[in-house]
Amino acid sequence: MPKAEEYQKKDIQLYKETITGNEEISPGVFVISYPRKHDFIPGQVVKIAINQTQPPRIYSICSGNHENEIRVLFNIKEDGFLTPKLATVIPGDSLLVSKPYGSFLGTDQPAYWIATGTGIAPYYSMFQSGQFENKTLIHGARHLNQFYFEDDLEWALGKNYIRCCSQEQSCDVFPGRVTDYLKTLTELPADQKYYLCGKALMVVEARDLLIEKGVPYENIVAEIYF
Amino acid sequence: MVKEALFGKTLNELQELVLELGLPKFTAKQLTDWLYKKEVTSIEEMTNLSKKARQLLTEKYSFGLINSTKVQESTDGTKKYLFPTGNEKFVETAMIPDKDRKTVCVSSQVGCKMGCLFCMTGKQGFQGQLTAGEIVNQIRNIPEWQEVTNIVYMGMGEPFDNLDEVLKSTEIMTSEWGFAMSPRRITVSSIGIVPGLVRFLNESEAHLAISLHTPFHEERQQLMPVEIAYPLEDVIEEIRNWDFGRQRRVSFEYIVFHGLNDTPAHVREMAKLLDGIKCRINLIRFHPIPNTPLKGTDEATLVEFKEGLEKKGITTTIRASRGQDIYAACGLLSTKALVKN
Repeated sequence: MPKAEEYQKKDIQLYKETITGNEEISPGVFVISYPRKHDFIPGQVVKIAINQTQPPRIYSICSGNHENEIRVLFNIKEDGFLTPKLATVIPGDSLLVSKPYGSFLGTDQPAYWIATGTGIAPYYSMFQSGQFENKTLIHGARHLNQFYFEDDLEWALGKNYIRCCSQEQSCDVFPGRVTDYLKTLTELPADQKYYLCGKALMVVEARDLLIEKGVPYENIVAEIYF
Repeated sequence: MVKEALFGKTLNELQELVLELGLPKFTAKQLTDWLYKKEVTSIEEMTNLSKKARQLLTEKYSFGLINSTKVQESTDGTKKYLFPTGNEKFVETAMIPDKDRKTVCVSSQVGCKMGCLFCMTGKQGFQGQLTAGEIVNQIRNIPEWQEVTNIVYMGMGEPFDNLDEVLKSTEIMTSEWGFAMSPRRITVSSIGIVPGLVRFLNESEAHLAISLHTPFHEERQQLMPVEIAYPLEDVIEEIRNWDFGRQRRVSFEYIVFHGLNDTPAHVREMAKLLDGIKCRINLIRFHPIPNTPLKGTDEATLVEFKEGLEKKGITTTIRASRGQDIYAACGLLSTKALVKN
């Protein structure tokens, strides 16, 4: 019976990379970084594995495409194999990573960016790459400390940065889920792209709401974290 | 405390378990006979085990069958069973009779993470993985189980997103100590998660079905978000490495949508994409779901599309829609109404 290493060989090529940073930016949420060796388009992903015997997982890049390093945002999944180990990695340690790939791509065109939790990562990459003009960002989280990168985003996007918090309240935050916020919108431009990124249920519910409000499904680009 | 289920364990796992209890190793084989071949439902009924063995087993384990809580029957004879799961959720299973065949369509997850635009299961999100026991239970615990001829993993969930348990379940179905079914009677259907695909092709002999639905990357991305992470191109490239067409079969599922993926351009691209792969395409009528922007193609276009593919040398069938009146047909399974927030 073939071993895990053989599956890996058949999977996308992975190469060894030395970690330059691993910062806990919120309880249980980390940004890990390593030198950038390949160009990428904001919105793309990389595969990361801790060793040759475990299958890699896919993570969105959350850094800008002109920066010297690639950064990845992740949260610890209690029942997961990889993320608890990733959380313990320190600068100088090695990981296996793939070249960036994927087709959840940012553009300079006006668009809505909709995310929950760590699904903010690809939009932050687009933002850091200078693609934030004419964008509306709607970010949902359970708690107020889960609006990652909010200082940068608020400064640059102003009123076009909407935070939705389902379990805590604050004066400048919409009380409820992303889908609750979408329900309040009366007019949505049908000719713009709507990017959705996060867990399956938010993505499918938000997609249904957008379609209900007249957005053609062809203008909805969805990336589900699975 | 909920006792651990024996049902769903492999022979190896049962051997370890009986040794831990201080029972002879051959007890494991006796257990598989009772669990997977005979019509009993409790440890107490395993009469060729010693009283002490039964007592030891009962202290820590349950037999583990889970009864369905609801059955619906279609006018065409298809039945849909509702099964509770260990995490207090529900899954649906379809039993589709057809002449001398009885096919069971099993679920592998509660809900699904894949979010395909055309699928009702996707609309409920993901509520949990099924264990191998919960998958096999969907066959063993329906009244027709002794007559089941074919099994398809086309119910709720993405099998390659729960591959450990799916492979364990196919092991139970195909092993001599289990249901002793031929793997050629089993088809596992996936949207094409590449690492899972590679592992499945290596570790199982069951047939493979891939949900294709359009050969064009951008269009597929609009229908199936998985295309972003695992593009069809990579799935097909992997399939090319394998020898299909003899014992093992690969088929491609293709729901035909009006004006979207039913054009001559799609026929041409499909022929190009699948060139050199011995396969079959199953054309599926779209069963509309609430608030969907998609429409099924008309019968004339469906037939024309089939003929177009056949002219290109691709074996193509149109799948009969079964159980539509009880929402048991392809893409309609859902237990969303039963999900507790």
